[in-house]
Amino acid sequence: MPDIDSHIQLGHGSGGEMMQTLLEELFLPWFGQPFPGGMADSAILPVTKLLPAFTTDSYVIDPIIFPGGNIGTLAVCGTVNDLAVTGAKPKYISAGFIIEEGFPTAVLREIIKSMAEEAGKAGVKIITGDTKVVEKGKVDKIFINTTGIGYLEEKHFHIHRGSNAVAGDIIITNGYIGDHSIAVLSAREEFDFASPAISDCSSLAGMIGNVLAQTDGVRWMRDITRGGLATVICDLVDSKDFGAKLMEEDIPVRESVETACDMLGYDPLYLANEGKVLMVVDRNEADKVLQIMKQDPTGKDAAVIGELTGSNHGEALLYTGIGGGSRLLHPLPGEQLPRIC
Amino acid sequence: MDLIKPFRDPARVDKLLEMIHREATGSYRFMEVCGGHTAAVHKYGIKELFPGNISLISGPGCPVCVSSGSFIDHAIALSRRTDTITASFGDLLRVPGGSKKTLYEAKSRGADIRIVYSINEALNIAKRNRQKRILFPAIGFETTAPGNAAGILEAERNEIRNFLMLSAQKIMPPAMKAVAEGETNINGFVCPGHVSAITGSGIYRFLVDEHGTGCVIAGFEPVDILSSVLMLLRQVNNQRPDVEIQYRRAVKPEGNVLAKNIMNKVFGLSDEWWRGFGIIPGSGLQLKPEYEKFDARRVFPGYTFTEQENEGCICGSILRGLNTPADCPLYVSECTPDHPVGACMVSSEGACNVYYCTGKRVYSE
Repeated sequence: MPDIDSHIQLGHGSGGEMMQTLLEELFLPWFGQPFPGGMADSAILPVTKLLPAFTTDSYVIDPIIFPGGNIGTLAVCGTVNDLAVTGAKPKYISAGFIIEEGFPTAVLREIIKSMAEEAGKAGVKIITGDTKVVEKGKVDKIFINTTGIGYLEEKHFHIHRGSNAVAGDIIITNGYIGDHSIAVLSAREEFDFASPAISDCSSLAGMIGNVLAQTDGVRWMRDITRGGLATVICDLVDSKDFGAKLMEEDIPVRESVETACDMLGYDPLYLANEGKVLMVVDRNEADKVLQIMKQDPTGKDAAVIGELTGSNHGEALLYTGIGGGSRLLHPLPGEQLPRIC
Repeated sequence: MDLIKPFRDPARVDKLLEMIHREATGSYRFMEVCGGHTAAVHKYGIKELFPGNISLISGPGCPVCVSSGSFIDHAIALSRRTDTITASFGDLLRVPGGSKKTLYEAKSRGADIRIVYSINEALNIAKRNRQKRILFPAIGFETTAPGNAAGILEAERNEIRNFLMLSAQKIMPPAMKAVAEGETNINGFVCPGHVSAITGSGIYRFLVDEHGTGCVIAGFEPVDILSSVLMLLRQVNNQRPDVEIQYRRAVKPEGNVLAKNIMNKVFGLSDEWWRGFGIIPGSGLQLKPEYEKFDARRVFPGYTFTEQENEGCICGSILRGLNTPADCPLYVSECTPDHPVGACMVSSEGACNVYYCTGKRVYSE
C-alpha cells in the first residue's frame, strides 16, 4: 500500500485503493474497528429496553481551526450535546465527510484525531462513516455531518419537552457564555484583532449524566448554541403559562467577551456556544444541581441566572441591575450583523 | 482607571434617578441624537425609570438609518460587477434600497460581498486581490470619517489602485440644526459622545446661541446617560442652556485635532440626502478632487438623490423626532428585523430595531 499523499485527491473518495489507504492510514488508527469482525456496510446496534434518542447535525464552520478546537471537535461535541440535553446517554456516532480536493492531509489527520479524542471523553463510539471528495470550489475545505444515537430512561422522557417545568423553577447555566462565537470570529482572516477568548467547545455528556444520576430535579434542558441564551430562553417560555426572569449581572460573561461585543455591536446573549447548557430545575434541587455541575470541569463556573415566573406569561424579561430596569428578550432575528461604529 | 464598572454602578444609578425625579418639576423633551444612545437607553431599561414628564426621543444619529435608498441601489449595482469585491459594514447589508433590494440579496445571488469592520480590512482585501476592484461603501459620521480618511491616505501611499470608496458619509451639526428648526420642540440634546471625541464641543455652540437649546455630550453607560439627563434638566430649570461635556473621559473641548486634520485633508463638504430630512446643504463628506481616483461616484457616475420612501414607512418622521416606532402602521405587522421595510429596523442602533428587540410587545400595545 502506498503512503498517503500530502493533499487529498478526488481518488481518495472513489471507493478504490486510494480510499482504502485513506481509511487505513487516517481513519481507522483513530476511530478503531467499531465492532469485532471488520468493516461492513452498516453498523448493527444492540437492542436495549431504554428509549433511543436520535439526532443529526452538519458542520460547515469557517475557519475550520479556531482557538479551543476545530471542526472535528465541534462535530462530535455538537451531536453529543444534542443527545445529552434530551436526557439521553450518548452512545454511537456516525461521521460523514465531504472534503474539497487539495485539502491538506495533515489537517485532516488533526481533525480526525480531535474527533477520536472528543468521542473518547464523551464515552461514544464512532461506528460508521463516509468520505466523499469533491472538486475544488465545490465545498469550502471540509464539511462534516455527524449523526448520533443515545439512550434515555423512561423517567427522563419529559425533559426534552419541558412538560414538568413550572413557575418557581430555577434557571442554571454551566459557565461563561459567548466565548465560542468570539473565538471563531477573531480567527477569521479578515479581522485583525487578537482572540480575546477560547471556544468552550466540549462534551457535556459527563456533567449532565452526573446530574441526572443524582437528582430527579431537572425539568428542561437545551444546549445554548446558535441564537444564544436569549433565543433559547424565549423558546422555553413561548406559549407557556409561565414567564422567565433573568438577572443580567448573574449571567457569566467574560469581560474580554463583553468588550469585544461592545466594540462589534453584538449582544453576548445572542452569541453561539458549543459547551453550554441551559437547565431548568426544581427549586428545591437547585443547590444540589449546582454543586454537582461545579464538580465537573465543564461546569466549574456554573451559576443560577434566573427563574421561571408566574407572571408575564410567554415572556422572558432581563433585569439589567440598573435601577430595577428590565428589557424584554427577543429571539435572534436572522443573524447578528456587526454594526458600523 | 476602570472605564466600565463605575459607570454601571447600581448605587450611583439609584442616586442619580432620585435626583432626576426631584429635579423634574416641569415637562421635558430631550433628544438622544446618537443611535448608540438609543440602544443603550433600551438595553439597560432606563426609559421606564424616568418620571412621565421626561420624554427621551430618538434622533437622526444612526448612519445606516439616514442613508438613502439610491446609495444602496448604487452599491448593489456596482457589487454585481464580476470584477468587483464589495467590502461592507455588516449592518448595511440588510438596508433596502429604493429598488427594495438589498446587498444581502445581491450576495445570495452571487455578488462577492464581504463583511468588514473597518476600512483596514477592506484595504487588506484589496492588497490580496489586485486583479479585482474593491468597493468600500462608506457611511458614518465624524466618528468613522477620520479612520476612512486614513485608509485613503494609506491607499495613496501604498499605491493600492484597485480601491474605490462610495461615500455617503455625513456630519452631525447640519442635521441637528434641521431638528432644532423643525416641529419637534426639543428642549435639550443628549449629544453623541464619539462624534464629539473627534470634533470637540464647539460644533454645538450654535444650538445654544441661535436656538436656545442646551447640549450635553454624553457617554454610553447608564451613569453617563442619567448624569447627562440630569444636567439637561438643570439647564432647562435654570433657563441657562449651554454646551456641557459629561463624557469627560473621552471628549476634550477641542476634540481630536489630528483626526480632524486627516478628515479635512481627504474629505470636503457636500450636499447630502438624509432620510427624513431630504438634502441638507453641506452635510456630506466626499473625497476631495486630489483623491478622485478612489472615488466610486466619479469613476462610476450616475449617482442621484431621487428618493422614494417605501409606502407607509415613517422612518423619516421617526428620525426627525416627530414619531416613535410604535406609531408606524408597518411596525411589527410588516416591518421586522428579518424583513425590514425601513432602514430604522435594520441597524442594531436604529430606533425601530432597538424598540423591537428590547420590548416589541410593550410598545406595540
